[in-house]
Amino acid sequence: MLSKVAERLYWTARYLERVENTARLVSVYDKLLFDLPDEINIGWYNLVILNSCTELFEDRYKNQDERNVVKFMLSDDTNPSSMLTALKMVRENIRTTRDVVPAETWEQINELYLFAKHNIQQGINRSKRHEFLSEIITGCQTISGLLYGTMSHDAAWQFMKLGRDLERADMTTRLLDAGTFALLSANGDASVNLRQIVWGNVLRSASAYMSYRRTVKAAVSGPEVANFLLEDPHFPRAVRFCLTQIDVAANKLPKHQEVRAVLKSIDPGALVIESEQQLGEDFRDYLNELQVQLGNLHNSIAATWFPIP
Amino acid sequence: MSMDWKRYEPKAFFDELITADGKVRPPAKRLISYLGSLSDEEIETRRQMAEATIQEMGVSFTVYTEEGNIDRAWPFDIIPRTISAKQWRTTAAGLKQRLKALNLFIDDLYHDQNIIKDGIIPGHIITESKNFRPECVGVSPPFGVWAHICGTDLVRDSDGEFYVLEDNLRVPSGVSYMLENRAITKRVLPELFENDRIQPVDDYCANLFDTLVSLSPRKVRKPVIVVMTPGIFNSAYFEHAFLAQQMGVELVEGSDLVVSDDDCVYMRTISGLERVDVIYRRIDDLFIDPEVFRKDSVLGVPGLMRAWQKGNVGLANAPGAGVADDKVVYAYVPEIIRYYLNEEPIIKNVETYLCEDPEQREYVLANLDKLVVKPANESGGYGMLVGPHSTKKDQATFAKLIKENPRNYIAQPTLALSTAPTIVEKGALEPRHLDLRPFILQGKDMYVTTGGLTRVAMRKGSLVVNSSQGGGSKDTWIVETEA
Repeated sequence: MLSKVAERLYWTARYLERVENTARLVSVYDKLLFDLPDEINIGWYNLVILNSCTELFEDRYKNQDERNVVKFMLSDDTNPSSMLTALKMVRENIRTTRDVVPAETWEQINELYLFAKHNIQQGINRSKRHEFLSEIITGCQTISGLLYGTMSHDAAWQFMKLGRDLERADMTTRLLDAGTFALLSANGDASVNLRQIVWGNVLRSASAYMSYRRTVKAAVSGPEVANFLLEDPHFPRAVRFCLTQIDVAANKLPKHQEVRAVLKSIDPGALVIESEQQLGEDFRDYLNELQVQLGNLHNSIAATWFPIP
Repeated sequence: MSMDWKRYEPKAFFDELITADGKVRPPAKRLISYLGSLSDEEIETRRQMAEATIQEMGVSFTVYTEEGNIDRAWPFDIIPRTISAKQWRTTAAGLKQRLKALNLFIDDLYHDQNIIKDGIIPGHIITESKNFRPECVGVSPPFGVWAHICGTDLVRDSDGEFYVLEDNLRVPSGVSYMLENRAITKRVLPELFENDRIQPVDDYCANLFDTLVSLSPRKVRKPVIVVMTPGIFNSAYFEHAFLAQQMGVELVEGSDLVVSDDDCVYMRTISGLERVDVIYRRIDDLFIDPEVFRKDSVLGVPGLMRAWQKGNVGLANAPGAGVADDKVVYAYVPEIIRYYLNEEPIIKNVETYLCEDPEQREYVLANLDKLVVKPANESGGYGMLVGPHSTKKDQATFAKLIKENPRNYIAQPTLALSTAPTIVEKGALEPRHLDLRPFILQGKDMYVTTGGLTRVAMRKGSLVVNSSQGGGSKDTWIVETEA
């Protein structure tokens, strides 16, 4: 297949994943903030921090309030990771790869994009936010399902997998970072109850709550959640699982030696986490390092298969 | 529909569905009686359904404006245009005859030029044509065919006869819209397709693929075919992607291809370079190879002409094929058919005045208010004068242009283009003018689409059907009638 097409498919999947994750994140945050006692200093602005978008946000807005953050996350076209921008990128990439994806994909993404564009206000206002975001998540899953069920699992498919799993792994590290950061900003006096609320919501934002319960068979606690989301070999959003899937996909593509070597060097379990105390700034640095390594993995994928810029 | 056909007035024009005295033409009988059973509200629902379908299917075309490129939804009228299968068979035969002759003509022009030697067509018309490519002289593409994909514009005059308005032999577009129009209509008026007398149109892409395969220089079981597009900003990008998808081949841009030291064409893939056998290029001749034509072209592939001249890659259409869609050459097509095939043309030309002929030029200049004047080498309806709809000032401008460069202009009588009922507002149908663009393929075999793309001038009284200038379209039904 064409190098250019490989690149576009990879980004299609990454952006599609980003749309879904952003919708999830906003949706979960909505619930999390309801659950927290008033005196706890965790705000909407954490979402901007965990997406590494603080500078961009400051350029655009003065107030770090709910409305501005949600607007920035969902509809802002100056934010390259906003849900609507990402959706637009999915649409543009599919528009230019229509010859390799199932014909219905184009219709579906159009429908979803038009829906999001016309109803974005529902996501920004609180009353219908949940319905709106559920609709978006369902739309993304419909497209993923459509691709999974009707697209030939050939090279094109492997590139979509690479993009999807890389974006997922990256997002999972950010979700963990969000939890850690939220508890740190509670000024150290986070009660057991608060910790459970925060880590529970981290799990929910990765749709991992049920799997965690079944797999870990223990109460929700920071170290267990971190280990589960980093290391679990079966849960599809765990970093370990994503990396294994990337390796499986890479292995089916030509000229994969270098990419697989880079993959081998990434170990999400390198840090042994046994106590709450370990989930501080050092843990945040560790997550940041993982994100850098995932960035290197992307560079290696691009250098191996994508057109020379 | 509470439509009273007695009140529908095609006037002096030939209407495709309704006769002058308000009777329904046989191929339209089922359609009209079905429409009659629907209320105005129901028709409106179907119209909205079509609009939503178009949005969802993402059927669009790009319009260039000063504010940038706008992606517009494809304008579509849900009332189909019907033609009897009997008439279509004759027309299809005429279209094949025409393309066959045109390909013999192009091949002759780039070899012995017998038609000029025999005095059928003056030599300077060819040598002065913008689309004659000296680089193509002596090249022999497979089967002697140069124009593999042809879009011929047909119109019906008030006598109900089809006439050829022009032949598009360079990069004709519209076929994807023909296919999408049918897909939309099947969703909007599904009840009418239950009887199988409406002939299907969907075998085009399979035939296009076979045509391209037949041009492969390598006689391998599965030659590598690609569709080459100028990119996302081209107004027909939608179609390029559509055709590549339907044929299951790669859609490439110039930067995806490279001509190697062995003068073969390769595409850049995830495993390295892969040989390409046939390129269906949707880029104008002048942009395909910066080594030979426009040096500033970033859309093309350096060395592509070299690869083609050596027979290492098939190009459809072949470079230089456009020499035969010059509107001055058009005037000679009936003679061309007689010369190469020794047959009478099955479909007539529209009467055409050549401005380079002093006598005809005099007539044109004296009748600018009645004629349609066209430049010899433009497409898309640009640079035309429609006499009866023009101002004195327009006419003076054209008189000057014609005198300065008579070879570049032709004129034709303003045709009374046929009409068909078109929804103009809720519950109201009015006649609107239309034309028809069938697509003809020639490689090892020949093929004609079942019907073609019907384009409609949506504005009342307008004769301009081009989508870039406010034209719309309709599904075209070739209907087998018992009679």
